[in-house]
Amino acid sequence: MTDAGRTAEAILAGDRRTLARVITWIENQEPASRPVLSALYAHTGRAHLVGVTGSPGSGKSTLVNEFAKLIRLRGGTVGIVAVDPTSPFSGGAVLGDRIRMRDLAGDAGVFIRSMASRGSLGGLARTTGEVIKVLDAAGFGTVIVETVGAGQSEVEIARTAHTTVVVQAPGMGDDIQVIKAGILEVADVLVVNKADRPGADSAVKALQMMQRLGRDGRPAMSLHRRWYDSQPRAMEWAQALLPDLNSVDEWEPPVLQTVAISGEGVEEVLDAIRSHWDYLQRSGELKFREAARIERELDLLLREKLMAKLLNRTRGGEFESMLGRLLEREIDPYTAAELLVHRGADCG
Amino acid sequence: MDEKRIRVLVAKPGLDGHDRGAKVVARALRDAGMEVIYTGLRQTPEMIVEAALQEDVDVVGLSILSGAHMALVPRILELLSNQGLENVRVFLGGIIPEEDVPLLKQMGVVEVFGPGANTQTIAQVIRHVGHSPEAS
Repeated sequence: MTDAGRTAEAILAGDRRTLARVITWIENQEPASRPVLSALYAHTGRAHLVGVTGSPGSGKSTLVNEFAKLIRLRGGTVGIVAVDPTSPFSGGAVLGDRIRMRDLAGDAGVFIRSMASRGSLGGLARTTGEVIKVLDAAGFGTVIVETVGAGQSEVEIARTAHTTVVVQAPGMGDDIQVIKAGILEVADVLVVNKADRPGADSAVKALQMMQRLGRDGRPAMSLHRRWYDSQPRAMEWAQALLPDLNSVDEWEPPVLQTVAISGEGVEEVLDAIRSHWDYLQRSGELKFREAARIERELDLLLREKLMAKLLNRTRGGEFESMLGRLLEREIDPYTAAELLVHRGADCG
Repeated sequence: MDEKRIRVLVAKPGLDGHDRGAKVVARALRDAGMEVIYTGLRQTPEMIVEAALQEDVDVVGLSILSGAHMALVPRILELLSNQGLENVRVFLGGIIPEEDVPLLKQMGVVEVFGPGANTQTIAQVIRHVGHSPEAS
């Protein structure tokens, strides 16, 4: 067996140290991680991937801690990836999500990994998707991903997770905030945490109002369904299995209240997360979501590979001389890109 | 391509009531470009070693003000080695009497930083061992 094969076997057998080490390889984008990911891929696709996002201080980590405790009580296992921001100045980071997850210490059914975003802006690190795959292959039944404290546009999580929970806290603005575009649009479950604080009721009402506005007149298509439409090749494949997703009623995101610090309302949120998972499987929408995600992943990988190849082939002056000609306005960037692509393809 | 970042676990074992010093060090290491996992107050040796394993850190920094270092540190070093983490380098900070320092270093602690230690020096020392070949 190859080294990578042995490493993958160790992860499948539950070796936590190897699991932790491989996650580091992935984070550092070390070449050694690639064959391990390849070997593990066939074992992925079993876990329920749950994303938890929301503004800094809304209580994401505390909620994740409560979810994990409850999942363990119900007999499941949990992998947690908690992402915090990297400093754009020093490249360093303080990763503090574990502070809220101390109840989970000493439990072999839980694995927590903190990740720094390392310059990525969508609320996740560039390699979070790969880390999730390894936890999935390692056999954790639920993988929870906690994003960087997110504002309005960190929606990457919705393309990564099966179920996205958006956490809000009271007192974060008036009801215009809720009709703006952004993370509220990607929620499968909406949570108003710190519900014992003043303003919780009006936060709930504002969110419910937003949902009703969306449903007046023509039924609004969810962001997810529009996303599927934008991935035509994957959709062709998914439609062969389920002809018309539009004939299936869309999931309506519930608005729930919690006091995470005391565990109040957490059970209802976990039930809603599970209902959404049941809905995705029962309706067939899971196939569409997976297909769209995989098409996008392959697309990004191809771009990366082709780009590297092209840059490699046009190295040795060609690219650089093009830069010079562009600076002198001798050529326009559109023509320059076309020329470079042609030359890259020619010498192949 | 991302370069390798030094990952440091900053932990407070035992029953200390405050963690200002640990936070100052965490912040300084962040500013030195490291990824610092901070776990908060009142950690048991078991919790610290488990976090070090899951987070695959290069360095563990312990802050102890309670005087219990001669009990806590050997326990943590023992658990690290039981988990196959003997390559993880351990630093100590807080209130540590002079006469204990040689003993602690003998046990395997790389360096002990007392009150008033310069945070830049701490970062430099940690960067040095974090990149050395023994720490993987």
